[in-house]
Amino acid sequence: MSPLTLWLTIVGAGAGTFALRLSFIALLGRVEIPLFFRRVLRFVPAAVLTAFVIPLLFYENGALHVSLGNERLLAGLVSALIAWRTRSVLFTLGGGMATLWTLQALGQSLW
Amino acid sequence: MATTISKTSKGRRLRRPLRSREGDYSGRRQDRTPRTSEATRTRSISYGGDGAILEERPNKASSLSAFASGANAAVPVLIGLIPLALVCGATATGNDLSALEALALSVFFLSGAAQLAATQLIAAGASVAVVVLTVLIISLRLTMYSASLAPHFRELSTGWKGLLAYLLTDPAYAVTITRFDDGETKEPDKRWYFLGAALAIWMSWLLGTMMGVLFGAWVPEGWSLDFVLPLTFIALALPAIKDYTTTAAALSAGVAAVFVSSLPLNLGLITAAVVGVLGGLIAEGVAERRRR
Repeated sequence: MSPLTLWLTIVGAGAGTFALRLSFIALLGRVEIPLFFRRVLRFVPAAVLTAFVIPLLFYENGALHVSLGNERLLAGLVSALIAWRTRSVLFTLGGGMATLWTLQALGQSLW
Repeated sequence: MATTISKTSKGRRLRRPLRSREGDYSGRRQDRTPRTSEATRTRSISYGGDGAILEERPNKASSLSAFASGANAAVPVLIGLIPLALVCGATATGNDLSALEALALSVFFLSGAAQLAATQLIAAGASVAVVVLTVLIISLRLTMYSASLAPHFRELSTGWKGLLAYLLTDPAYAVTITRFDDGETKEPDKRWYFLGAALAIWMSWLLGTMMGVLFGAWVPEGWSLDFVLPLTFIALALPAIKDYTTTAAALSAGVAAVFVSSLPLNLGLITAAVVGVLGGLIAEGVAERRRR
């Protein structure tokens, strides 16, 4: 991407996200939220966030890697468990990083 | 019970109430029992209970203290936010974006999820359309926050609405909405409370990005700090999985993501997200049919 294209992309996508943020704050009272849109919105966070995370955990260097040797997958599962039980961003980050570092240290000592 | 005059009903026709909490978004429950205007009224008098509603004139001292308590309420989330901002800055420069471009991402997107996804796509050579579309899809959840905050910002001028909308982020929403919905902040102070929290988040975000840009290259690769990215998403995703239907959405998105993530043009994320939403809608349909 050339620098100019990159800037246009950043500004354009930025303007788009601003429009999304402003949407109902600006429109309230003038427009009803369509029911179908509301239904779709309800599933967006769970769907998008999961869709984003899964490849980061299951793929290593562009290839699917599901085994006990995939430290990031294991650490990710542990942190999901922590997130589910504690609902705390801080504990999830801390627990996930600690697990990853531990697994990496173990992996290295096994070699 | 609903005889007390409240802010919402005073002098104007009551509009059909919008959902005001994320959790209220369950389209189904809402179809069956639309919230009556009476429910809104009882809800809104709750914050007049201590007599606070009588004092509606904005005054400087209360604006300032609302601003300060908003900023104060944001402090705990900054602890989780700053590492993410660091990662955003470091990832951007690590992928050959200039310092200015990395900062621009933070100023224009103001969202770790969108910034990191955009950075990855740009580095992978995706087209403009795919980058913009992905960013917009990731940011769709912001419309949900917008809808939820809208009743609280209804009386504001266009300028205020624009400013607060620009500053609307996941943490700003999370910090303010519970207080607004519980009626703990009275009307003229809400804008200041929100501004205090959101501005604290905004400044930390930019400072964190800058630090990531400056020092990111010095962090040894062995620390695997980029792992903060999936961890943050996990921390955000799990609370979004609340019931049977959202579980179905997450599961179908996850399974799809394993298979489609190598789709050409980097369309994997979008495809998996759409499959996830469809999964949720289908699960909802099945649940509804079963109930009949």
